[in-house]
Amino acid sequence: MYDILTNIFGNQIVAYIIGAALPLFVWILPFVLFAVLGERKVSAHMQDRLGPMRVGYHGILQTVADLLKLLQKEDIVTPAADRKLFNLAPYIVFLGSYAAFAAIPFSSIYIGSGIEVGIFYILAVSSFVVVGILMGGWASDNKYSLLGAMRSAAQIVSYEIPTAIVVLTLVMLTGTLNLNTISQQQTAYFWNWNILGGAAGSGITQILLIPFMVIAFVILFISTLAEVNRTPFDIPEAESELVAGFHTEYSGMKFAMFFLSEYANMFAVSAIVVTLFFGGYQSPFGYLGNSLGIPWLIPVEQLFWFLAKGVFFVFVQMWLRWTLPRLRVDQLMTVCWKYLIPYAVFNLLIVGIISLL
Amino acid sequence: MKKYLKNTWDGIWTVLIGMKVTFKHLFVPAVTIQYPDVKLPLPERARNRLYVNIDDCIGCLQCERACPVDCIHIDTVKGLPTDDLGTTSNGKKKALWVTKFEIDIAKCCYCSLCVYPCPTECIYMTDVYEFSEYKRQDLIYNFSTLTPNEVEQKKINYEKFMAEKAAAKAKAAAEKAAAAKAKPPVDPNKNNQKSE
Ligand code: SF4
Ligand code: SF4
Repeated sequence: MYDILTNIFGNQIVAYIIGAALPLFVWILPFVLFAVLGERKVSAHMQDRLGPMRVGYHGILQTVADLLKLLQKEDIVTPAADRKLFNLAPYIVFLGSYAAFAAIPFSSIYIGSGIEVGIFYILAVSSFVVVGILMGGWASDNKYSLLGAMRSAAQIVSYEIPTAIVVLTLVMLTGTLNLNTISQQQTAYFWNWNILGGAAGSGITQILLIPFMVIAFVILFISTLAEVNRTPFDIPEAESELVAGFHTEYSGMKFAMFFLSEYANMFAVSAIVVTLFFGGYQSPFGYLGNSLGIPWLIPVEQLFWFLAKGVFFVFVQMWLRWTLPRLRVDQLMTVCWKYLIPYAVFNLLIVGIISLL
Repeated sequence: MKKYLKNTWDGIWTVLIGMKVTFKHLFVPAVTIQYPDVKLPLPERARNRLYVNIDDCIGCLQCERACPVDCIHIDTVKGLPTDDLGTTSNGKKKALWVTKFEIDIAKCCYCSLCVYPCPTECIYMTDVYEFSEYKRQDLIYNFSTLTPNEVEQKKINYEKFMAEKAAAKAKAAAEKAAAAKAKPPVDPNKNNQKSE
């Protein structure tokens, strides 16, 4: 991918900078605009309402208008806040969620960085978000912010464990940490996807693996949901208890930054789930480009399938958000430590035994 | 252990049930009414803006007295016997010019108490509820149809009439007094003395 860009721009550094900024401007920003509206529409229709209707046809331009409004807002820093940390926090949070996109394979030719430890890297940098949230909560000098930040830290740190165990299960099965390789292994048709046993196993083991892969998928989905602070795990910003949690004191562009990273994160974790379990960028039914004999169509199709699957899981996240009430703090910890982790560990053992067969 | 597994199962199962419910609602038509574009019809006499059919008002001030917040202000001037004020729609003859009929709708609490006592049923509530204004002054509604000039005229007419009447009365009294002087009454005491 970088070779193509280098050829176009004639300079490696420029090519790398553009390559790095590509997902941000080509995908994340439009996606966030779309997803915020989508969330409002989904929530509205689930509650038999209509949602935004007045800006553009059925409110399509609502988020654009909101963004313009946020851009014009006064940037307030409360006098008691710790200025440096306060100003830095939203960017760190965004950095954490954006850095994860570097190792996500959007298509066989587009992957920001094809590093061998892709999934490990993503797990590592997404913990960066905690630092930003804690910073924001602490620097705001507001008890609600601090409480929200503390909760968020506790939550993200705990839920990283089941995530890591499930990822370990997958790594054991596929034998690689490289997300691109994992995607390639699940090629061709959907019965090669990891959720259906993956292409690695053969015959009987593949069938035996299915229930355990489903369990692994559910655990991963729940714990990543918790990691991005989405309902039912949104206690860090529980508006009925903590005003807006760690971003209570933020306004204008900095608030938008938190918003942006929340939605970017939603897509990032969906992308991880898709890559690990649902074939990544692989089409479920084979490629049009193959049957028509147009090779350049394949990466485009892959991109389409990847984004479609990712957006579907983002939709599931929204769906869950508008279905479930928020968990209590102790329930949150119970779900993680008493349920997810034991299940994840047993799953790891059983998958290990099956793959030895 | 059994309870633990059951808890897990319950957790997952109930979430799925909830998701099914919300998913169904995605396709239920919305109940939202696109307010400024679409409006729900209200009953004709819903408790909103007051209206006074001034043609029927006889100026009896009953509504003014009934109002708990005193937001109705009525002034009336008596009509001359020669004036034809017309009749109300239920056949009553009008005797007073309603020179001022103001309702300060900003103060009105929509209690509808002014509506009941009206003998001619000419003050009533309507289904109009969009009447916000930028200035509070604009919320004082004047229902009287008489122009200030006419009002002055009515007042002057009435005063003139009263003055004439008073003059006539005074004249009559004076005439009576003069007549009495010309022919003094018989002193009753005299008669009394005579009979003794
Ligand atoms: S509705 Fe009530 S408050 Fe309003 S004018 Fe009539 S009596 Fe007064
Ligand atoms: S009660 Fe009716 S008739 Fe009497 S003054 Fe009020 S509006 Fe006029």
